[in-house]
Parts: sequence; structure tokens; C-alpha cells
Amino acid sequence: MNTSTFKGGIHLPGYKEGTQGLPIVLAGIPDKIYLPVSQHIGAPCVPLVQVGDEVKKGQKIAEGKGFVTAPIHASVSGKVVAIEKKQHPGGNFVNCIVIENDYKEEWADTVKPNSHPEELSAEEIRKIIFEAGIVGLGGATFPAHVKLAPVEGKKADYILLNGVECEPYITADHRLMLEKPERIVAGLRYILKSTGCEQGIIAIEENKPDAIALFQKMLAKEKNIRVQALKEKYPQGSEKHLIYACTQREVPVGGLPLDAGVVVHNVGTAAAIADAVEEGIPLIQRIVTLSGDGVNKPTNYLVRLGTLFSSLIEESGGYSGDVEKIIAGGLMMGKTVFTAEIPVIKGSSGIVVLKKTGKEKEREYSCVRCAKCVDACPLFLEPTTLVKLAKRRLWEEAEQNNALSCIECGSCVFVCPARIPLVQYIRRAKQEIGALKAKAKSAGGKK
Amino acid sequence: MIYAILSLAVLGAVFGIVLGVAEKKFTVEVDPRVEEITKILPGANCGGCGFPGCGGYAEAVVAGTAPLNACTAGKDEVRQKMAQIMGIAAGAAQEPKVAQLMCKGGKDKAPLLYEYEGVEDCHVAATMFKGPKACSYGCIGLGSCVQVCPFGGIKMGSNQLPEIDYNICSGCGACVNNCPQHVLKLVEASKLVHVRCSNKEKGKQAKEACQVACIKCKLCEKNCPEGAISVVADAEGSIAVIDYAKCTGCGICVTKCPTNALEIMLPINVSNNEEQNLTVKHPPAGCNHCGLCQ
Repeated sequence: MNTSTFKGGIHLPGYKEGTQGLPIVLAGIPDKIYLPVSQHIGAPCVPLVQVGDEVKKGQKIAEGKGFVTAPIHASVSGKVVAIEKKQHPGGNFVNCIVIENDYKEEWADTVKPNSHPEELSAEEIRKIIFEAGIVGLGGATFPAHVKLAPVEGKKADYILLNGVECEPYITADHRLMLEKPERIVAGLRYILKSTGCEQGIIAIEENKPDAIALFQKMLAKEKNIRVQALKEKYPQGSEKHLIYACTQREVPVGGLPLDAGVVVHNVGTAAAIADAVEEGIPLIQRIVTLSGDGVNKPTNYLVRLGTLFSSLIEESGGYSGDVEKIIAGGLMMGKTVFTAEIPVIKGSSGIVVLKKTGKEKEREYSCVRCAKCVDACPLFLEPTTLVKLAKRRLWEEAEQNNALSCIECGSCVFVCPARIPLVQYIRRAKQEIGALKAKAKSAGGKK
Repeated sequence: MIYAILSLAVLGAVFGIVLGVAEKKFTVEVDPRVEEITKILPGANCGGCGFPGCGGYAEAVVAGTAPLNACTAGKDEVRQKMAQIMGIAAGAAQEPKVAQLMCKGGKDKAPLLYEYEGVEDCHVAATMFKGPKACSYGCIGLGSCVQVCPFGGIKMGSNQLPEIDYNICSGCGACVNNCPQHVLKLVEASKLVHVRCSNKEKGKQAKEACQVACIKCKLCEKNCPEGAISVVADAEGSIAVIDYAKCTGCGICVTKCPTNALEIMLPINVSNNEEQNLTVKHPPAGCNHCGLCQ
């Protein structure tokens, strides 16, 4: 197999055996749905409904201002019973619209299939994608229509579909590729049309040979779309590394993929786009892998957005023992949450529950200057230097050392023999640099 | 041998002349007063004056753009000396301020949502559901303020709340600016009554999050003889706020607060003898002789 990859990175155990062979199961629809008003990158949405309102499935219930935003739709029909602060998988408390399910499953009037989707213009497709509230389903939740919007002076040569899924445990995209490949290809065609781009690439890591073979067979006669097999390495699914592996192009520091002439979307996003353009269905459900040794029956679920983690865990037979951690997202990039009473949002690709091991907690030791983190860093940064600067609160120097380029993939932490939580320190530096920049900007604005 | 000595001597003479001329020609005039003032300033570079370090403040003083009373750490003594150097009147002192912690919810009072593992930095913990404590407004207790205090005036107490040494605190505000929860505030050192809570949730939720939370019962507001304390509402919620300009420090609100969220503290810089005679000597207006000050 002709495979390619990037420099740096690490080899991780996959832990995917538990769920990669299991078909996607329709998760039970709960009595109550909790939809946070912030499910995308950008300013939070403002609710369009009030407590007591009746809503229908697919009805727009919150929208934001500006361009970088994505509206939120009701994922069940029923009554809005509360708008209250609730835990959000992002690690904060966010206003949630709580809908009590009436189990009528009535669609809103706005949801109707498109009789001639092939006749739509590029702009119309982008408008449909925006109205459907589609964001990057890989986990970054960047509004999809923003990436498709034309930028003056820049043109995309390739549309890359990311089917890498390099996070351990998660198999949501893998199952989607096996079960609904035609939806993904259809979505890719709409993306190509809306950007005026001609070349499409579907990138898949070589630990999913069945998916690669399936797409190769499907696209054998296709000239514009090809399948790219990639070496199994973490973080292969990172946008910048995927672009380098597939096209040998580098995204400049602080730049966007479009600066390298590439637009990247997740395979799940492509399937959601196909649903929105053809069927008119907004983004109200997604595939979530519930896995880890802490649950009895790891499963790939098709879940309505706003379903609580706890109801999924209950459905798969509950916890298998004392729980050490519940991670929203993947093992590497996900966020540990302290309760399962947290809703599935647009970016939740997985839930990993880990059992208590009884091992002693590892403490942080001093840096031994082995430079393993420097070797592992896929962005060629010096994580150890950044940590040193962050510990001394030298934020400006950290910025000069490109702290902002860090994608927080955690490769450095994985290899560190001194068990230093490098990403936490670097994230702290990024936070402080961001604050300094905002301060400089507001000071400049005053002048 | 002789050539070597000669050539080196010639080289030395030439360089000496060049350096001598350069020194005269390119010399930068520094007002000697800047140096003198820099010497007497505390040298902690705390930033309390608003200038970049003590040197920056000294330059501004000599240039006449900074007032003499801006150095909070130097207090009276430094101001007098600076006035002497500058040859101007010392002027009035700024009212000294100290940092006050507006949270009382130690680990025995506020239940934990989870066990925090990771970097000992409040900012990092604040990204995980506003810290491990159930109260998302309170002090996280990992000691970011302790790390940034340029005078070493803050220590971490046994109940995971910072303890400020008011004899050391200069009121520079370094900790106040660094606190991710904004539970530290600069308050005039003479003010003795404080609302030791920042929770803006409704009474029930606040009480669930912490035993000593302000539950917005407004008892303090109703009982204050000066109208100095009131429950103020904003977009986030409401909380009791003291108008320090009006507060006389009588302590009635402290005795009325059902959750003990208010606190009256002993005056700073008062020796033991004075402490005992405090109420006898200066009973403040509105004193109800509750005895709390003793």
C-alpha cells in the first residue's frame, strides 16, 4: 500500500478492537434533551425560544450573530422546560435549552427534502450548510460553511476528507465510512461544488484497511476523487499534518489550510452535509463511540444531540467497576469531566470511561533533558523550553518560541519520562499570550 | 621583542584616545536624581505604581509626570526622601490599600466536585469547570497569588485559602490582577468589614456550593444604619456589596449574617495594648458594643 505520513509524532496503542467491528446502533431517545447554546467555535448562540414553547424536531432554537457561528436545532419534538446553566463537555458551565420529549417525532416545516440537489448553485449549498448548523464533527467544531466560503486571492486545489481517526478508542468515523460511504462521497461532491475545487482526497489511516478497500472500489472509475492511505501515527488526524502527508504542503505559522490551497473536512461532516443538502435535515444527531474498560458494552451509537452521557452509559450496561475517569472526546485530546450528567454536543466524537487501576498517582519530576518531547513534537517546537518559560511566567519569550503553534496533541506528555504535564503548562502560556494580545489590541484601539 | 612592546603600546594609546573621545561625544546625560530615587525605592518591581518597574517610576518622578505618592510599597518614608531629593513638597500620602480575599470557602466549607490533578496553578484548574470546588465563583486555592506576590506576603493556609500578611502587603495589586476568579480586591487598609464571598448564584444554589456563601437574604442591607451594604444584582446574579465610602465598620451586618459570609477583622498595625482599648478609645459611629472587635 502506498502510504505517506509526517515527521515527528508518536505510535499509540489503538484500543479500537472493542468497537471497530460493531455496527452503529440507534441510541435510545431520552425524555429530556439538554442543548448547550455553545456547540461551535465562536460566540455562543442566543436562544430563539422561551420556556414553555413547543418545538418540533429540526426547528432552529438558537442562533448567533456574525459569520463564524452555527445555529442550533431541536433534536426532538416537545416542550422547552428550562434554560439553565449546565456542565458542558468543554469544561465550563453553559446555558442549556432543556426540551422535554413528547415522542411525537414531528419534523419542523423547514425540514423538507430537496427535489433537485444537483441543480443547486455553490452559494445555495453554502447557505444550506450554514442553516443546517453543520460544524466540524471531528471535534474542533469549526463552522463548516466558513471553511467553504471563498476568500479573495486564495483558491483551494484540494478538498481533503479526514477519515484518519488517530485517537485511541474512537471508531465513530471508521464505522460511518464502512456503513455509509455513499453519503460521504455525496457530501464531498457538494463540498467540491460549493468551493469550485476539482480534486478531492479521502485520507484514511492504514489501520482501517476495510474502509480503504471499500472506497478504492467505489471510486475506481472516479477521476476527481482518490483515496490516500496514511501510516498509523499520532497525530495524523491533525489538519496540518494531514495536509502535509497528503500533499507535501505546509501550512504557514499562524496561517489557515487555505493558505496551502487545501480545505479539510471530517468524513462525518461530509455525510452531514449530504443529509442537509439532499434531505434538508439539520445537524441533530451524530455518531458517538462509547468505549473504555469502564463500561460493560462498548458501542458505536447514533445519538441525538443533547442526550446525556449517563443515559448512553446506562444503555450499554452501566459501569463495569469503580470509575477512574470519564473523558469527553478521545484519550489524547479529550477533556476529563467529573460527572456523566453532561450532554453530547456536535463535537463529541467519543466518550471514554476508564476503570480504577489502583496504581499510585504519578507525580511530576524535574526535567531530565532527554529531549524526547522535542523529537515527538509534530510541530518541531521545543516543549521543554516552553514549559521552562511558562514556569517562570515569561510569556513574551514563550510567544517568540512559537507557543501559539502548539496544537496540544499531547505527544510530548506521552513520551516524557519525568511525567511533566507539558501541555497544561503550554496551554497556560497560550492563555496568557492571548490575554496579552487582547490587551495590546484594546490599547491600540484606544489610540 | 621591542617591536611587540611598541606596537601594543601604540595600539593601546590609539584605542584609549578613541574610547576617550567616544565617551565624551556619545555620553548619555542621566539625571543623577533618577539613580538616587531608584536606590531608595523598594526595588521589588511590583508594578503597583503603574510604571514599568522601580526604574521606570523614578524616571517618571524626575520628569514630573508621576506623583510622589504612587509607590504603594515604599509608604511614607520613601515619599519623604523622594521629596527631599526632588526639592518639592511631599504632599499627602495615598490612603494605603491591602488585598482582601473575598472568599471564605476553604476545603472544610465548600465541597469538592472532583479531585484535581495537574499543574498547581489556579488558571489551569479554572479551565476545568472553574476549579474543583462546587462553588464556581470562589477561590480555587492552588496559590497562583502566592506565586506572584513580589513581597512574599501571601501564604497558603491550612484550609486551602491564601492568608495575606497585612503587615507585608503593599497594595501593589499583583495578586489581584493575577487571580482567575477575581476573588481578591484592593481595599483601603482602614476598612474592617468585608463580604467574604463572591458567589452570585441564587441563595439555594449558593448554599449548596458552600456553607459560608452569601445567600442574598438582604438582612445586612436591612440592618445597616448607614445604608452602606446592599445586595447588588448584575447580569450574572447578585451579591452583597459594601460601599466602603459609607461603611463605618460598626459590624452590625456581621452579627446579622446567617451564613457568616461577612467578616469584621482587627485593625491592621495595631499592637496588643491598643487592641484591648480599642472600643473604649474610639467607638465608631453606630457602635452597638457587640464586642466583636475585641
